[in-house]
Amino acid sequence: MTSAGANLRSRSKYLAYLVPLAAVFVALLIAAIMLVVLDASPAEGFQAMFEGAFGSGDALIATILKATPLLFVGVGITIAFRANVINIGGEGQMVLGGLFATMAALLLGDLPAVIMLPAVIIAGMLGGAIWGAIPGFLKAYYRVSEILSTIMLNIVAVQLMNYLLRGPLLDPAEIERGTRIPQTERLPETADLPLILNSDRFHIGPLLAVLAAIAAYILLWRTPLGYRLRAVGQNVDASRYAGIPVKRTIVIAMMLSGAMCGLAGAVLVFGSESHRMVTDGSTAGFTGSAGFNGIVAALFGALHPLWTIPASFLFGGLLVGGNALQRAVQVPSALILAINGIVVVLVVSTDRYKKLLQNRATEAETAAALAKQEQIEQAIIPDEPPQPPDAATRPDDFGDPDYLQDDP
Amino acid sequence: MSDFFTEAVIIATVAGAIRLSVPLLLAALGETFGQRSGVLNLGVDGIMLLGAFAGYYTVLKTGNVWYGLLAGLALGIVMGVISAVIAVSLRAEQGIAGIGVFLFGLGMSDLLFQRLVGTPVPITKFPKLDIPFLSDLPEPFEWVSGMFFNHSVVVYLAFLAVPLATFIINRTTFGMNIRAVGQNPGAADSLGVSVTAVRYATVTIGGTMAGIAGAALAIDLGIFQQNLTNAMGFVAIALVYFGAWRPIGVMLGALLFGFVNSLVLQLKTVGVVPQDWSDIAAMAPAVITILALVFVASRFRPPAALTKPFTRGT
Repeated sequence: MTSAGANLRSRSKYLAYLVPLAAVFVALLIAAIMLVVLDASPAEGFQAMFEGAFGSGDALIATILKATPLLFVGVGITIAFRANVINIGGEGQMVLGGLFATMAALLLGDLPAVIMLPAVIIAGMLGGAIWGAIPGFLKAYYRVSEILSTIMLNIVAVQLMNYLLRGPLLDPAEIERGTRIPQTERLPETADLPLILNSDRFHIGPLLAVLAAIAAYILLWRTPLGYRLRAVGQNVDASRYAGIPVKRTIVIAMMLSGAMCGLAGAVLVFGSESHRMVTDGSTAGFTGSAGFNGIVAALFGALHPLWTIPASFLFGGLLVGGNALQRAVQVPSALILAINGIVVVLVVSTDRYKKLLQNRATEAETAAALAKQEQIEQAIIPDEPPQPPDAATRPDDFGDPDYLQDDP
Repeated sequence: MSDFFTEAVIIATVAGAIRLSVPLLLAALGETFGQRSGVLNLGVDGIMLLGAFAGYYTVLKTGNVWYGLLAGLALGIVMGVISAVIAVSLRAEQGIAGIGVFLFGLGMSDLLFQRLVGTPVPITKFPKLDIPFLSDLPEPFEWVSGMFFNHSVVVYLAFLAVPLATFIINRTTFGMNIRAVGQNPGAADSLGVSVTAVRYATVTIGGTMAGIAGAALAIDLGIFQQNLTNAMGFVAIALVYFGAWRPIGVMLGALLFGFVNSLVLQLKTVGVVPQDWSDIAAMAPAVITILALVFVASRFRPPAALTKPFTRGT
């Protein structure tokens, strides 16, 4: 019996981990079918994708750089989702982060890098945090659905970006030339993210993202604040009874989530090759849809900051590989966006089954532990059967529900 | 600024407001059904984009706008059923699953457009419906014709759908079941109403309307491009809250949105204001929506079971 329980336990656990992987497999299968329908060779396409994403040092650098904003956003999304706040305003929070960081760099001018870099990064986090705090506040205190308010704030953010980059922040050289391409001037060099590994484009952004993921892990599982966040996410009423300030916690969750997305925006600006903030009029032109794709990475990482690291790497690779796919078999890289959508749907649709498997694993574990305990007890307790308690000593009101309820 | 408000501009603004509100109205009315039954379908924007491409491509190939509308409708049904499977049968977290459907629609419509069409080719638009007498009122009332009776048949149908939706939700057995399932699915279930069937029906209605809305948008503009809807589907979802889950309220919200958009468009076309003003003005609809959400949330309650999947016995 014990061995059967252990068997079931390991199998269920194993299956639970396999569910998201199966989702990606199914999504890629659908991609293959789409490629066939679009008259392109799936084998050739997938090979191009894989080589484009992981096939060489350059490809890996591109993938890691692409994964960086996904990781920041994914970590931010994880913090919010853990508190049961659905933040889909990553796009807008990234834009605000980029704008705040850009303005900070322009204002501070020529400070040394040791002051400049932390300053612009904090400014980016602040921008995102403000943009996250608004929907958090509206949800906590006015019961406004954060799903809707974050989406509306995405729209506001893109217009704000267009306004600022076409007007107050416009590069004076663009005005002089009369070209008026909506972009800032070259930002101060001391704000450039330092390059590492002797590369001409590999900057410290990915390291910052990994640090952010570790910090989020520590925050969520090793600090009282993280405990409160997760408690609110699990059960609002129980948290309230336990004395947790639920409303404030929701606002804090959204602020932290927004700060991570804002950081992603700041890294995009100061890690860009042009070292300016540029707009093409759309949000995706700046963010590369990382605000949405980061959600995919977070879900795929099972809403765990550390698992989000490999998940972001995988989806970064998918995005970079998408461009290679386009070059190789002339299928637009928009395919990857569609695939990401399918992954999201599959992951959340199978979530219930994953939980079912996990529960079964836990149950099997409990059953195994009980069986073991029984064995031990049988070994130490003599064969004498347990005596039923004397009827007279039994409390009369044992079955009375009030008796149970009086106990606090 | 004073010569901006000429009669011609005012007529064009009001007529534009009505025209621009149509895709929002169609999508939001469909979403109302879903939300009243307790399902928040956040994939509306993705379905609209797919419907828009289906409509655009069909018109491009056949030259017939009605086939285009039908294509949007057919695609909407398919996506509606898929959304229902996800939300009702698989009981996925609705807020996130919808984002998946949105990303799928965004990517897929762009993919198909680039692969099958490539460069944006304009298509035939909806013909204007010439209503005898009303479309051509005599002198002092010619502005009435210009504003209200100078539209395609789709516009009139969309606005006729408002009383129809109100009637269905408030006065039919089906509508009563929708409301029951949205408020208390357990009670509805115990009285023999199939929660699953009702929600499948409402989510499919929502998807269908979103598909039609997308096709109507593309054929109205006569063009398709990447992310044509520009978050219109999300605005439509917000409009359902805005209208406090009632078709009339939803219509007023759609008209307000149409009006603000039309005004911004006119300001741009007439060119009386600099570019940066219109960037600021373009924020107005989203800001208004947020304020309206605050207002509605303080006064109205959403359907009690909204976003909550139903499991018998819980």
